[in-house]
Amino acid sequence: MKPINEMTLIFPSKSSNESLARVVAAAFASQLDPTVEELAEVKTAVSEAVTNSIIHGYENKIGEITMHCKLYSDSIEIAVTDKGKGIENVELARQPLYTSKPEMERSGMGFTVMEAFMDKVEVITEVGKGTTVVLFKTFKFLAG
Amino acid sequence: MRLQNNIQLDNNKVAKGGYALDIKLSKRGNALIAKFYGELDDHTVEYARQKIENEMIKPAVKNIILDFSNLTFMDSSGIGMIMGRYKKMEKISGKVAIACSNPQIIRLLNISGISSVIPLHPDINSAVKTLRGE
Ligand SMILES: Nc1ncnc2c1ncn2[C@@H]1O[C@H](COP(=O)(O)OP(=O)(O)OP(=O)(O)O)[C@@H](O)[C@H]1O
Ligand SMILES: [Mg+2]
Repeated sequence: MKPINEMTLIFPSKSSNESLARVVAAAFASQLDPTVEELAEVKTAVSEAVTNSIIHGYENKIGEITMHCKLYSDSIEIAVTDKGKGIENVELARQPLYTSKPEMERSGMGFTVMEAFMDKVEVITEVGKGTTVVLFKTFKFLAG
Repeated sequence: MRLQNNIQLDNNKVAKGGYALDIKLSKRGNALIAKFYGELDDHTVEYARQKIENEMIKPAVKNIILDFSNLTFMDSSGIGMIMGRYKKMEKISGKVAIACSNPQIIRLLNISGISSVIPLHPDINSAVKTLRGE
């Protein structure tokens, strides 16, 4: 299936760009006229993925984050990619309450939130090379 | 911690564009009330943590109410901050309550299990009453 629209945002892994990324993703998604609630869900999931790249992928060193968004007639696909340290055990990382940084008061709920707010979450990762998280969501009203 | 391109926040207004977080502290009896304005994420959470921490260690503070009535966004960074404050208050036998009416934030509090340990209230008055045991 060919997307009806596409866009890419590339930015350094600064925490001030978290709000930029989620606002851009929501603005792009609003071309499909989703509900306010669906937009809030997209924003939250993007915020989780981008924050993970910043604090876990690059561990607060500055690296490049790419957000690639594809729009289909009734759905969106958002891929957030970092070239950071990668995830050794994805199954463990995706478990609710698992965090590698409890000392930073992280709750380990990021993946759980992404899964709750989106239809599907894919993780492609290689240790030492980086991580891509792909978020999929169909906008229900449009899908009928 | 505020953005360099500091967005002015007047009394009760959320920053235009929502790039910042502001917290106003007040007291009602022995309860510390922290009113959040704007967005709570990884970028703004440290400001929230410090602002509340400095005040909650004072002996006159027995309970904390986190007022999210004017919070427009929150992600899991906020969950960690809330749980951190909750654990500290638990140690001194203090209570925490949350006032929130934003559906996205309420869902986040439900998914994370926060709402099963910290009572959620639709508004600040209801939170104050419950803490007083009314
Ligand atoms: N982009 C990434 N690069 C490297 N490791 C990651 C990445 N994303 C997630 N992880 C790993 O997966 C774990 C779980 O991520 P998750 O977002 O669920 O929780 P968290 O970020 O630790 O806490 P929270 O999101 O609640 O603040 C992280 O602690 C980290 O070890
Ligand atoms: Mg996370």
